[in-house]
Amino acid sequence: MSNSVLVLVEHRQSAVRDVTFEMLTAARKMGGSVEAVLLAENDALASAVTAHANKVVCVSGPAFKEFNYEQYQNALVRLIGEKKPSAVLIANSAFGTDLGPSLAVALNAGLVSDAVAFTKADSGFSVSRGMYAGKLVADWRVGTEPAIIMVRQSNFKPEPASLGGTIEKWDAGDVVSGSKTKFIGLEEVPTTGIDITKATIVVGIGRGIKEAKNMPLVQEFAKDIGAVLAASRPVVDAGWLPKEVQVGSSGKTIKPKLYIALGISGAFQHIAGMKGADTIIAVNKDPKAPIFSVAHYGIVDDLHKVVPALRAKIKELKA
Amino acid sequence: MEIAVCLKRVPDTAEADVKVDASGKDIVRDKLAFTINEADNYALEEALLAKEKDSANVTLVSVGAKESEEVLRMGLAKGATAAARIDSAGLGDIDGIGTARVLAAWFKDKKFDLIFTGAIASDDGNSQVGPALAELLGLPHAAYVTKLEVQAGKLAVKRELEGGFLEVKELSTPAVVTIQTGGNTPRYASIMGIKRAGAKPIEQAAAAGAESKTSLIKVYVPEIVGAAQMIEGTLDEKAGKMAALLKEKGAV
Repeated sequence: MSNSVLVLVEHRQSAVRDVTFEMLTAARKMGGSVEAVLLAENDALASAVTAHANKVVCVSGPAFKEFNYEQYQNALVRLIGEKKPSAVLIANSAFGTDLGPSLAVALNAGLVSDAVAFTKADSGFSVSRGMYAGKLVADWRVGTEPAIIMVRQSNFKPEPASLGGTIEKWDAGDVVSGSKTKFIGLEEVPTTGIDITKATIVVGIGRGIKEAKNMPLVQEFAKDIGAVLAASRPVVDAGWLPKEVQVGSSGKTIKPKLYIALGISGAFQHIAGMKGADTIIAVNKDPKAPIFSVAHYGIVDDLHKVVPALRAKIKELKA
Repeated sequence: MEIAVCLKRVPDTAEADVKVDASGKDIVRDKLAFTINEADNYALEEALLAKEKDSANVTLVSVGAKESEEVLRMGLAKGATAAARIDSAGLGDIDGIGTARVLAAWFKDKKFDLIFTGAIASDDGNSQVGPALAELLGLPHAAYVTKLEVQAGKLAVKRELEGGFLEVKELSTPAVVTIQTGGNTPRYASIMGIKRAGAKPIEQAAAAGAESKTSLIKVYVPEIVGAAQMIEGTLDEKAGKMAALLKEKGAV
Protein backbone atom coordinates (compact mmCIF):
# COMPACT_ATOMS: atom_id res chain seq x y z
CA MET A 1 0.00 0.00 0.00
CA SER A 2 1.19 3.45 -0.90
CA ASN A 3 2.35 5.61 1.95
CA SER A 4 1.30 9.02 0.66
CA VAL A 5 -1.82 11.04 1.36
CA LEU A 6 -3.06 13.69 -1.06
CA VAL A 7 -4.83 16.73 0.36
CA LEU A 8 -6.86 18.88 -2.02
CA VAL A 9 -6.16 22.54 -1.29
CA GLU A 10 -9.44 24.42 -1.08
CA HIS A 11 -9.26 28.10 -1.91
CA ARG A 12 -11.66 30.88 -2.78
CA GLN A 13 -11.10 34.48 -3.86
CA SER A 14 -7.31 34.15 -3.76
CA ALA A 15 -7.16 32.76 -0.23
CA VAL A 16 -6.58 29.25 1.06
CA ARG A 17 -9.58 28.26 3.17
CA ASP A 18 -9.02 27.21 6.82
CA VAL A 19 -10.25 23.68 6.19
CA THR A 20 -7.15 23.07 4.07
CA PHE A 21 -4.85 23.53 7.08
CA GLU A 22 -7.19 21.41 9.20
CA MET A 23 -6.91 18.58 6.65
CA LEU A 24 -3.13 18.96 6.34
CA THR A 25 -2.82 18.71 10.14
CA ALA A 26 -4.91 15.52 10.14
CA ALA A 27 -2.91 14.13 7.22
CA ARG A 28 0.43 14.72 8.96
CA LYS A 29 -0.80 12.71 11.94
CA MET A 30 -1.45 9.71 9.70
CA GLY A 31 2.30 9.31 9.09
CA GLY A 32 3.76 8.97 5.64
CA SER A 33 4.20 11.61 3.02
CA VAL A 34 1.69 14.48 2.75
CA GLU A 35 1.18 15.97 -0.68
CA ALA A 36 -1.00 19.06 -1.06
CA VAL A 37 -2.60 19.42 -4.48
CA LEU A 38 -3.26 22.99 -5.59
CA LEU A 39 -5.42 23.47 -8.65
CA ALA A 40 -5.45 27.18 -9.45
CA GLU A 41 -4.91 29.72 -12.18
CA ASN A 42 -1.24 29.94 -11.11
CA ASP A 43 0.94 28.72 -8.23
CA ALA A 44 0.79 31.97 -6.21
CA LEU A 45 -0.97 30.26 -3.30
CA ALA A 46 1.58 27.42 -3.06
CA SER A 47 3.77 29.40 -0.65
CA ALA A 48 0.91 29.46 1.87
CA VAL A 49 0.94 25.67 1.98
CA THR A 50 4.60 24.58 1.63
CA ALA A 51 5.27 24.62 5.39
CA HIS A 52 2.39 22.22 5.93
CA ALA A 53 3.18 19.47 3.41
CA ASN A 54 6.13 17.43 2.16
CA LYS A 55 5.24 18.43 -1.34
CA VAL A 56 2.88 20.86 -3.07
CA VAL A 57 1.70 19.64 -6.45
CA CYS A 58 0.69 22.68 -8.51
CA VAL A 59 -1.77 22.14 -11.33
CA SER A 60 -2.04 25.54 -12.98
CA GLY A 61 -3.98 27.01 -15.84
CA PRO A 62 -6.94 29.21 -16.76
CA ALA A 63 -9.26 26.20 -16.46
CA PHE A 64 -8.63 26.24 -12.69
CA LYS A 65 -9.19 29.95 -12.13
CA GLU A 66 -12.45 29.15 -10.35
CA PHE A 67 -13.62 25.97 -8.69
CA ASN A 68 -15.48 23.76 -11.14
CA TYR A 69 -15.86 20.08 -10.29
CA GLU A 70 -15.67 19.10 -13.95
CA GLN A 71 -12.16 20.46 -14.61
CA TYR A 72 -10.99 19.45 -11.14
CA GLN A 73 -12.23 15.91 -11.67
CA ASN A 74 -10.67 15.55 -15.12
CA ALA A 75 -7.29 16.59 -13.75
CA LEU A 76 -7.55 14.65 -10.48
CA VAL A 77 -8.51 11.35 -12.10
CA ARG A 78 -5.22 11.45 -14.04
CA LEU A 79 -3.15 12.83 -11.19
CA ILE A 80 -4.42 10.29 -8.65
CA GLY A 81 -3.97 7.51 -11.19
CA GLU A 82 -0.31 8.51 -11.53
CA LYS A 83 0.50 9.14 -7.87
CA LYS A 84 -1.47 6.24 -6.40
CA PRO A 85 -1.93 7.72 -2.89
CA SER A 86 -3.40 5.60 -0.11
CA ALA A 87 -5.96 8.31 0.64
CA VAL A 88 -7.26 11.55 -0.82
CA LEU A 89 -8.59 14.15 1.62
CA ILE A 90 -11.20 16.57 0.30
CA ALA A 91 -13.11 19.12 2.40
CA ASN A 92 -16.73 18.23 3.14
CA SER A 93 -17.58 21.73 1.93
CA ALA A 94 -19.75 23.24 -0.79
CA PHE A 95 -16.86 22.71 -3.23
CA GLY A 96 -15.89 19.29 -1.89
CA THR A 97 -19.36 17.79 -1.85
CA ASP A 98 -19.81 18.92 -5.47
CA LEU A 99 -16.65 17.03 -6.44
CA GLY A 100 -16.05 14.08 -4.11
CA PRO A 101 -18.87 11.64 -4.97
CA SER A 102 -18.48 11.94 -8.75
CA LEU A 103 -14.69 11.73 -8.47
CA ALA A 104 -15.05 8.56 -6.38
CA VAL A 105 -17.30 7.02 -9.04
CA ALA A 106 -14.83 8.01 -11.78
CA LEU A 107 -11.97 6.40 -9.81
CA ASN A 108 -14.06 3.42 -8.71
CA ALA A 109 -12.94 4.30 -5.19
CA GLY A 110 -14.68 4.09 -1.83
CA LEU A 111 -15.70 7.39 -0.24
CA VAL A 112 -16.79 8.38 3.24
CA SER A 113 -18.23 11.87 3.63
CA ASP A 114 -18.34 14.16 6.65
CA ALA A 115 -15.43 12.38 8.37
CA VAL A 116 -14.55 13.48 11.91
CA ALA A 117 -11.75 10.94 12.56
CA PHE A 118 -9.81 8.42 10.51
CA THR A 119 -7.04 5.94 11.06
CA LYS A 120 -5.14 3.46 8.95
CA ALA A 121 -6.55 -0.01 9.48
CA ASP A 122 -5.24 -3.46 8.48
CA SER A 123 -6.47 -3.00 4.95
CA GLY A 124 -7.50 0.53 4.14
CA PHE A 125 -8.94 3.07 6.54
CA SER A 126 -11.39 3.19 9.39
CA VAL A 127 -13.40 6.42 9.19
CA SER A 128 -15.80 7.88 11.79
CA ARG A 129 -18.58 10.18 10.66
CA GLY A 130 -21.66 11.82 12.13
CA MET A 131 -25.25 10.70 11.57
CA TYR A 132 -28.63 12.06 12.65
CA ALA A 133 -27.23 15.60 12.94
CA GLY A 134 -24.51 14.52 15.33
CA LYS A 135 -26.60 12.35 17.65
CA LEU A 136 -24.74 9.23 16.49
CA VAL A 137 -21.34 8.37 15.08
CA ALA A 138 -20.87 5.66 12.45
CA ASP A 139 -17.58 3.87 11.79
CA TRP A 140 -17.00 2.82 8.18
CA ARG A 141 -14.21 0.79 6.59
CA VAL A 142 -12.84 1.81 3.22
CA GLY A 143 -10.69 -0.84 1.57
CA THR A 144 -10.03 0.74 -1.81
CA GLU A 145 -6.83 2.48 -2.84
CA PRO A 146 -7.21 5.34 -2.76
CA ALA A 147 -9.77 5.85 -0.04
CA ILE A 148 -11.54 9.17 -0.53
CA ILE A 149 -12.19 10.87 2.78
CA MET A 150 -14.28 14.02 2.89
CA VAL A 151 -13.29 15.91 6.00
CA ARG A 152 -15.73 17.91 8.11
CA GLN A 153 -14.89 21.62 8.32
CA SER A 154 -13.88 23.20 11.67
CA ASN A 155 -13.41 19.73 13.14
CA PHE A 156 -9.61 19.36 13.32
CA LYS A 157 -7.62 22.11 14.99
CA PRO A 158 -5.00 23.36 12.53
CA GLU A 159 -1.46 23.16 13.90
CA PRO A 160 1.66 24.97 12.70
CA ALA A 161 4.29 23.02 10.77
CA SER A 162 7.61 23.66 9.07
CA LEU A 163 7.98 20.90 6.53
CA GLY A 164 9.26 23.24 3.82
CA GLY A 165 7.63 21.18 1.11
CA THR A 166 8.98 21.13 -2.41
CA ILE A 167 6.90 22.40 -5.31
CA GLU A 168 6.12 20.08 -8.18
CA LYS A 169 4.50 21.46 -11.32
CA TRP A 170 2.12 18.96 -12.86
CA ASP A 171 0.73 19.47 -16.35
CA ALA A 172 -2.99 18.78 -16.58
CA GLY A 173 -3.03 18.86 -20.39
CA ASP A 174 -6.31 19.73 -22.05
CA VAL A 175 -8.96 19.34 -19.38
CA VAL A 176 -11.38 21.97 -20.67
CA SER A 177 -12.74 20.18 -23.70
CA GLY A 178 -16.25 18.76 -23.54
CA SER A 179 -17.20 20.99 -20.64
CA LYS A 180 -20.87 20.66 -19.65
CA THR A 181 -20.70 23.17 -16.83
CA LYS A 182 -19.68 26.81 -16.73
CA PHE A 183 -18.74 29.02 -13.80
CA ILE A 184 -20.43 32.41 -14.08
CA GLY A 185 -19.59 34.20 -10.84
CA LEU A 186 -19.92 34.56 -7.08
CA GLU A 187 -22.65 36.53 -5.36
CA GLU A 188 -22.60 37.67 -1.77
CA VAL A 189 -25.89 37.67 0.11
CA PRO A 190 -26.13 41.31 1.23
CA THR A 191 -26.53 42.27 4.88
CA THR A 192 -29.23 44.92 4.97
CA GLY A 193 -30.30 44.94 8.59
CA ILE A 194 -28.51 44.01 11.79
CA ASP A 195 -24.97 42.69 11.44
CA ILE A 196 -24.89 39.83 13.95
CA THR A 197 -21.11 39.53 13.67
CA LYS A 198 -20.80 42.85 15.52
CA ALA A 199 -23.18 42.05 18.40
CA THR A 200 -21.83 41.32 21.90
CA ILE A 201 -24.87 39.33 23.04
CA VAL A 202 -26.67 37.02 20.62
CA VAL A 203 -29.74 34.85 21.16
CA GLY A 204 -29.84 31.98 18.65
CA ILE A 205 -33.18 30.37 17.85
CA GLY A 206 -33.49 26.83 16.52
CA ARG A 207 -36.03 24.27 15.40
CA GLY A 208 -37.33 24.01 18.97
CA ILE A 209 -39.24 27.28 18.50
CA LYS A 210 -41.68 25.14 16.47
CA GLU A 211 -44.00 27.84 15.07
CA ALA A 212 -43.85 31.41 13.80
CA LYS A 213 -46.35 32.46 16.44
CA ASN A 214 -43.76 31.68 19.13
CA MET A 215 -41.25 34.18 17.76
CA PRO A 216 -42.48 37.22 19.80
CA LEU A 217 -41.53 35.39 23.01
CA VAL A 218 -37.87 35.17 22.08
CA GLN A 219 -37.90 38.62 20.47
CA GLU A 220 -39.05 40.10 23.78
CA PHE A 221 -36.44 38.09 25.68
CA ALA A 222 -33.68 39.35 23.37
CA LYS A 223 -34.88 42.91 23.98
CA ASP A 224 -34.78 42.32 27.77
CA ILE A 225 -31.08 41.50 27.70
CA GLY A 226 -29.97 43.83 24.90
CA ALA A 227 -29.25 40.96 22.53
CA VAL A 228 -29.75 40.56 18.80
CA LEU A 229 -31.65 37.57 17.44
CA ALA A 230 -29.91 35.02 15.25
CA ALA A 231 -30.99 31.57 14.08
CA SER A 232 -29.98 28.15 12.94
CA ARG A 233 -30.90 26.98 9.44
CA PRO A 234 -34.45 25.60 9.97
CA VAL A 235 -35.74 28.94 11.31
CA VAL A 236 -34.32 30.79 8.29
CA ASP A 237 -35.58 28.13 5.86
CA ALA A 238 -39.04 28.62 7.33
CA GLY A 239 -38.76 32.35 6.68
CA TRP A 240 -39.17 33.41 10.32
CA LEU A 241 -35.87 35.29 10.36
CA PRO A 242 -33.83 36.63 7.41
CA LYS A 243 -30.88 34.75 5.89
CA GLU A 244 -28.45 37.42 7.10
CA VAL A 245 -28.90 36.30 10.72
CA GLN A 246 -28.21 32.62 10.03
CA VAL A 247 -25.32 31.33 12.14
CA GLY A 248 -23.29 28.47 10.75
CA SER A 249 -21.06 27.30 7.93
CA SER A 250 -23.38 28.55 5.20
CA GLY A 251 -24.25 31.70 7.14
CA LYS A 252 -22.27 33.89 9.51
CA THR A 253 -19.47 33.03 11.91
CA ILE A 254 -19.89 34.99 15.14
CA LYS A 255 -17.76 35.44 18.26
CA PRO A 256 -19.96 37.35 20.72
CA LYS A 257 -19.23 37.68 24.43
CA LEU A 258 -22.41 35.74 25.16
CA TYR A 259 -24.39 33.33 22.98
CA ILE A 260 -27.68 31.86 24.19
CA ALA A 261 -28.86 28.91 22.10
CA LEU A 262 -32.59 28.25 22.44
CA GLY A 263 -33.97 25.02 20.97
CA ILE A 264 -30.85 24.43 18.87
CA SER A 265 -29.70 20.80 18.82
CA GLY A 266 -26.24 21.73 17.55
CA ALA A 267 -25.68 20.26 14.11
CA PHE A 268 -22.02 20.73 13.19
CA GLN A 269 -22.93 23.31 10.55
CA HIS A 270 -24.32 25.54 13.31
CA ILE A 271 -21.54 24.83 15.81
CA ALA A 272 -18.96 25.89 13.21
CA GLY A 273 -20.48 29.36 13.29
CA MET A 274 -20.75 30.00 17.04
CA LYS A 275 -18.21 27.91 18.94
CA GLY A 276 -15.90 30.92 19.22
CA ALA A 277 -18.29 32.75 21.58
CA ASP A 278 -16.76 33.57 25.00
CA THR A 279 -19.71 32.11 26.92
CA ILE A 280 -22.36 29.77 25.50
CA ILE A 281 -25.56 28.93 27.34
CA ALA A 282 -27.81 26.30 25.74
CA VAL A 283 -31.43 25.44 26.49
CA ASN A 284 -32.68 22.23 24.87
CA LYS A 285 -35.19 19.50 25.71
CA ASP A 286 -32.85 16.69 24.65
CA PRO A 287 -30.10 15.99 27.22
CA LYS A 288 -28.05 14.30 24.48
CA ALA A 289 -28.21 17.27 22.09
CA PRO A 290 -24.72 17.90 20.64
CA ILE A 291 -25.05 21.60 21.58
CA PHE A 292 -24.21 20.62 25.17
CA SER A 293 -20.75 19.53 23.98
CA VAL A 294 -19.80 23.09 23.05
CA ALA A 295 -21.92 25.02 25.56
CA HIS A 296 -20.39 26.18 28.84
CA TYR A 297 -23.74 26.10 30.64
CA GLY A 298 -26.79 24.01 29.84
CA ILE A 299 -30.42 23.70 30.82
CA VAL A 300 -32.35 20.60 29.82
CA ASP A 301 -35.91 21.85 29.43
CA ASP A 302 -38.44 23.23 27.00
CA LEU A 303 -37.54 26.75 25.86
CA HIS A 304 -41.25 27.61 25.83
CA LYS A 305 -41.26 27.12 29.63
CA VAL A 306 -37.76 28.39 30.42
CA VAL A 307 -37.97 31.70 28.57
CA PRO A 308 -41.14 33.04 30.29
CA ALA A 309 -39.80 31.96 33.71
CA LEU A 310 -36.45 33.53 32.93
CA ARG A 311 -38.06 36.79 31.80
CA ALA A 312 -39.91 36.99 35.13
CA LYS A 313 -36.63 36.47 37.03
CA ILE A 314 -34.87 39.12 34.95
CA LYS A 315 -37.71 41.55 35.70
CA GLU A 316 -37.19 40.89 39.43
CA LEU A 317 -33.44 41.49 39.11
CA LYS A 318 -34.02 44.74 37.27
CA ALA A 319 -36.63 45.97 39.78
CA MET B 1 -40.10 18.47 -19.99
CA GLU B 2 -39.54 15.36 -17.93
CA ILE B 3 -38.35 15.81 -14.33
CA ALA B 4 -37.53 13.04 -11.88
CA VAL B 5 -37.25 13.58 -8.13
CA CYS B 6 -35.51 11.09 -5.84
CA LEU B 7 -37.22 10.90 -2.44
CA LYS B 8 -36.16 9.24 0.80
CA ARG B 9 -38.30 8.33 3.78
CA VAL B 10 -36.40 9.16 6.97
CA PRO B 11 -37.07 9.05 10.70
CA ASP B 12 -37.77 12.44 12.28
CA THR B 13 -35.03 12.53 14.89
CA ALA B 14 -34.71 16.30 15.39
CA GLU B 15 -36.08 16.13 18.92
CA ALA B 16 -36.18 12.37 19.42
CA ASP B 17 -34.00 10.23 21.63
CA VAL B 18 -31.98 8.15 19.15
CA LYS B 19 -30.97 4.69 20.39
CA VAL B 20 -28.74 2.05 18.77
CA ASP B 21 -30.41 -1.31 18.14
CA ALA B 22 -29.14 -4.82 18.97
CA SER B 23 -27.31 -5.15 15.63
CA GLY B 24 -25.12 -2.18 16.55
CA LYS B 25 -25.47 -0.94 12.99
CA ASP B 26 -28.86 0.76 13.01
CA ILE B 27 -31.17 2.71 15.29
CA VAL B 28 -34.30 1.58 17.13
CA ARG B 29 -37.01 2.67 14.73
CA ASP B 30 -40.31 1.48 16.16
CA LYS B 31 -41.01 4.57 18.32
CA LEU B 32 -40.02 7.13 15.71
CA ALA B 33 -42.21 9.11 13.33
CA PHE B 34 -41.17 8.96 9.67
CA THR B 35 -41.36 11.64 7.06
CA ILE B 36 -39.99 12.80 3.72
CA ASN B 37 -36.34 13.88 3.95
CA GLU B 38 -36.37 17.67 4.44
CA ALA B 39 -34.13 18.58 1.48
CA ASP B 40 -36.06 16.14 -0.76
CA ASN B 41 -39.23 18.03 0.10
CA TYR B 42 -37.63 21.21 -1.29
CA ALA B 43 -36.48 19.25 -4.37
CA LEU B 44 -40.05 18.04 -4.88
CA GLU B 45 -41.35 21.61 -4.59
CA GLU B 46 -38.82 22.81 -7.16
CA ALA B 47 -40.09 20.15 -9.57
CA LEU B 48 -43.74 21.01 -8.91
CA LEU B 49 -43.01 24.70 -9.58
CA ALA B 50 -41.44 23.72 -12.92
CA LYS B 51 -44.46 21.54 -13.66
CA GLU B 52 -46.74 24.53 -13.23
CA LYS B 53 -44.51 26.93 -15.14
CA ASP B 54 -43.32 24.72 -18.01
CA SER B 55 -45.98 21.96 -17.99
CA ALA B 56 -43.42 19.34 -16.99
CA ASN B 57 -44.15 15.77 -15.96
CA VAL B 58 -42.83 14.94 -12.50
CA THR B 59 -41.85 11.33 -11.75
CA LEU B 60 -40.93 10.34 -8.20
CA VAL B 61 -38.59 7.51 -7.34
CA SER B 62 -37.56 6.11 -3.97
CA VAL B 63 -35.22 3.30 -2.97
CA GLY B 64 -36.78 1.75 0.07
CA ALA B 65 -39.05 -0.75 1.79
CA LYS B 66 -42.82 -0.82 1.26
CA GLU B 67 -43.27 2.02 3.79
CA SER B 68 -41.40 4.36 1.41
CA GLU B 69 -44.60 4.49 -0.58
CA GLU B 70 -45.87 6.93 2.09
CA VAL B 71 -43.56 9.65 0.80
CA LEU B 72 -44.31 8.76 -2.82
CA ARG B 73 -48.05 9.07 -2.11
CA MET B 74 -47.42 12.39 -0.39
CA GLY B 75 -45.59 13.60 -3.50
CA LEU B 76 -48.38 12.36 -5.76
CA ALA B 77 -50.90 14.14 -3.53
CA LYS B 78 -49.00 17.39 -4.03
CA GLY B 79 -49.23 16.99 -7.78
CA ALA B 80 -46.50 14.67 -9.10
CA THR B 81 -47.37 12.71 -12.24
CA ALA B 82 -46.05 9.22 -11.51
CA ALA B 83 -44.10 7.30 -8.88
CA ALA B 84 -41.85 4.27 -8.64
CA ARG B 85 -40.39 2.35 -5.71
CA ILE B 86 -37.16 0.41 -6.05
CA ASP B 87 -37.26 -2.30 -3.42
CA SER B 88 -34.37 -2.03 -0.97
CA ALA B 89 -34.78 -5.58 0.39
CA GLY B 90 -31.41 -7.29 0.58
CA LEU B 91 -29.35 -4.19 -0.19
CA GLY B 92 -27.80 -4.11 3.29
CA ASP B 93 -25.68 -1.21 4.53
CA ILE B 94 -24.90 0.45 1.22
CA ASP B 95 -23.45 3.94 1.25
CA GLY B 96 -24.74 6.93 -0.74
CA ILE B 97 -22.79 5.96 -3.84
CA GLY B 98 -24.26 2.45 -3.52
CA THR B 99 -27.75 3.98 -3.55
CA ALA B 100 -26.74 6.06 -6.58
CA ARG B 101 -25.75 2.83 -8.38
CA VAL B 102 -29.19 1.35 -7.70
CA LEU B 103 -30.88 4.54 -8.96
CA ALA B 104 -28.58 4.67 -12.02
CA ALA B 105 -29.62 1.13 -13.01
CA TRP B 106 -33.27 2.28 -12.91
CA PHE B 107 -32.63 5.57 -14.76
CA LYS B 108 -30.36 4.01 -17.41
CA ASP B 109 -33.00 3.34 -20.09
CA LYS B 110 -35.26 6.30 -19.22
CA LYS B 111 -35.21 9.84 -20.59
CA PHE B 112 -35.33 12.75 -18.17
CA ASP B 113 -34.33 16.39 -18.75
CA LEU B 114 -33.71 17.02 -15.06
CA ILE B 115 -33.14 14.76 -12.08
CA PHE B 116 -33.48 16.33 -8.63
CA THR B 117 -32.38 14.94 -5.29
CA GLY B 118 -32.17 16.58 -1.88
CA ALA B 119 -28.71 18.02 -1.15
CA ILE B 120 -28.34 16.00 2.06
CA ALA B 121 -30.27 13.28 3.87
CA SER B 122 -31.19 14.14 7.45
CA ASP B 123 -30.46 10.59 8.64
CA ASP B 124 -27.06 9.65 7.19
CA GLY B 125 -25.98 13.18 6.21
CA ASN B 126 -24.06 11.75 3.27
CA SER B 127 -24.60 14.25 0.41
CA GLN B 128 -23.42 11.61 -2.04
CA VAL B 129 -26.33 10.39 -4.16
CA GLY B 130 -26.86 13.28 -6.61
CA PRO B 131 -23.32 13.88 -7.91
CA ALA B 132 -22.57 10.13 -7.92
CA LEU B 133 -25.77 9.42 -9.87
CA ALA B 134 -24.85 12.11 -12.40
CA GLU B 135 -21.41 10.59 -12.94
CA LEU B 136 -22.87 7.09 -13.37
CA LEU B 137 -25.31 8.44 -15.99
CA GLY B 138 -22.67 10.60 -17.71
CA LEU B 139 -24.54 13.82 -16.88
CA PRO B 140 -23.36 17.13 -15.43
CA HIS B 141 -24.45 18.06 -11.93
CA ALA B 142 -24.63 20.85 -9.39
CA ALA B 143 -24.86 20.24 -5.64
CA TYR B 144 -26.42 22.42 -2.92
CA VAL B 145 -28.56 24.45 -5.31
CA THR B 146 -30.98 27.00 -3.83
CA LYS B 147 -32.14 28.68 -7.06
CA LEU B 148 -32.53 27.33 -10.56
CA GLU B 149 -33.95 28.50 -13.84
CA VAL B 150 -34.56 26.36 -16.92
CA GLN B 151 -33.42 28.13 -20.08
CA ALA B 152 -33.22 26.96 -23.70
CA GLY B 153 -30.99 23.85 -23.65
CA LYS B 154 -29.40 24.81 -20.35
CA LEU B 155 -29.95 25.32 -16.69
CA ALA B 156 -28.85 28.33 -14.63
CA VAL B 157 -28.24 27.50 -10.97
CA LYS B 158 -27.09 29.16 -7.78
CA ARG B 159 -25.17 26.94 -5.37
CA GLU B 160 -24.88 27.76 -1.70
CA LEU B 161 -21.28 28.24 -0.54
CA GLU B 162 -19.93 28.88 2.95
CA GLY B 163 -20.11 32.31 4.55
CA GLY B 164 -23.15 33.73 2.77
CA PHE B 165 -21.90 33.35 -0.81
CA LEU B 166 -23.67 31.90 -3.82
CA GLU B 167 -21.92 30.38 -6.84
CA VAL B 168 -23.67 31.09 -10.13
CA LYS B 169 -23.16 28.51 -12.86
CA GLU B 170 -24.71 27.02 -15.97
CA LEU B 171 -25.16 23.36 -16.86
CA SER B 172 -26.11 21.75 -20.12
CA THR B 173 -29.18 19.53 -19.87
CA PRO B 174 -30.00 16.80 -19.10
CA ALA B 175 -28.50 17.33 -15.67
CA VAL B 176 -28.71 16.23 -12.05
CA VAL B 177 -29.25 18.91 -9.41
CA THR B 178 -29.23 18.47 -5.64
CA ILE B 179 -31.51 20.93 -3.89
CA GLN B 180 -30.62 22.60 -0.60
CA THR B 181 -33.33 23.62 1.87
CA GLY B 182 -34.66 27.17 2.00
CA GLY B 183 -34.88 28.10 -1.70
CA ASN B 184 -38.65 27.71 -1.93
CA THR B 185 -41.64 27.08 0.33
CA PRO B 186 -42.77 23.44 0.13
CA ARG B 187 -46.54 23.18 -0.28
CA TYR B 188 -48.91 21.00 1.67
CA ALA B 189 -51.04 18.38 -0.05
CA SER B 190 -54.74 19.19 -0.43
CA ILE B 191 -57.44 16.83 0.81
CA MET B 192 -58.50 16.29 -2.82
CA GLY B 193 -54.89 15.60 -3.78
CA ILE B 194 -54.54 13.03 -1.02
CA LYS B 195 -57.75 11.30 -2.16
CA ARG B 196 -56.60 11.19 -5.78
CA ALA B 197 -53.08 9.99 -4.86
CA GLY B 198 -54.49 7.00 -2.97
CA ALA B 199 -55.78 5.52 -6.20
CA LYS B 200 -52.66 6.12 -8.33
CA PRO B 201 -50.45 3.14 -9.17
CA ILE B 202 -46.86 2.99 -7.91
CA GLU B 203 -44.44 1.20 -10.21
CA GLN B 204 -42.58 -1.57 -8.40
CA ALA B 205 -38.99 -2.18 -9.44
CA ALA B 206 -36.31 -4.57 -8.23
CA ALA B 207 -32.94 -3.14 -7.18
CA ALA B 208 -30.12 -3.77 -9.62
CA GLY B 209 -26.49 -2.70 -9.78
CA ALA B 210 -25.95 -2.54 -6.02
CA GLU B 211 -22.33 -2.31 -5.00
CA SER B 212 -20.66 -0.61 -2.06
CA LYS B 213 -16.96 0.15 -1.82
CA THR B 214 -17.27 0.85 1.89
CA SER B 215 -18.67 -1.17 4.76
CA LEU B 216 -20.40 -0.11 7.95
CA ILE B 217 -18.69 -1.38 11.09
CA LYS B 218 -20.88 0.08 13.85
CA VAL B 219 -22.90 3.07 15.02
CA TYR B 220 -22.77 4.51 18.53
CA VAL B 221 -23.68 7.52 20.67
CA PRO B 222 -20.71 9.88 20.81
CA GLU B 223 -19.12 10.75 24.11
CA ILE B 224 -20.02 14.28 25.07
CA VAL B 225 -16.66 16.02 25.32
CA GLY B 226 -16.03 19.21 27.27
CA ALA B 227 -19.56 18.92 28.52
CA ALA B 228 -21.54 21.95 29.65
CA GLN B 229 -22.01 22.67 33.33
CA MET B 230 -25.66 21.77 33.72
CA ILE B 231 -28.02 24.11 35.57
CA GLU B 232 -30.32 21.82 37.54
CA GLY B 233 -33.41 22.14 39.72
CA THR B 234 -37.08 22.98 39.30
CA LEU B 235 -38.07 25.23 36.43
CA ASP B 236 -38.16 28.18 38.83
CA GLU B 237 -34.70 27.34 40.22
CA LYS B 238 -33.20 26.88 36.76
CA ALA B 239 -34.65 30.19 35.60
CA GLY B 240 -33.33 31.91 38.74
CA LYS B 241 -29.83 30.49 38.28
CA MET B 242 -29.78 31.40 34.61
CA ALA B 243 -30.94 34.95 35.34
CA ALA B 244 -28.11 35.29 37.89
CA LEU B 245 -25.68 33.95 35.30
CA LEU B 246 -26.90 36.47 32.73
CA LYS B 247 -26.40 39.23 35.30
CA GLU B 248 -22.87 38.00 36.01
CA LYS B 249 -22.13 38.08 32.27
CA GLY B 250 -23.41 41.65 32.03
CA ALA B 251 -26.62 40.94 30.13
CA VAL B 252 -28.91 42.19 32.90
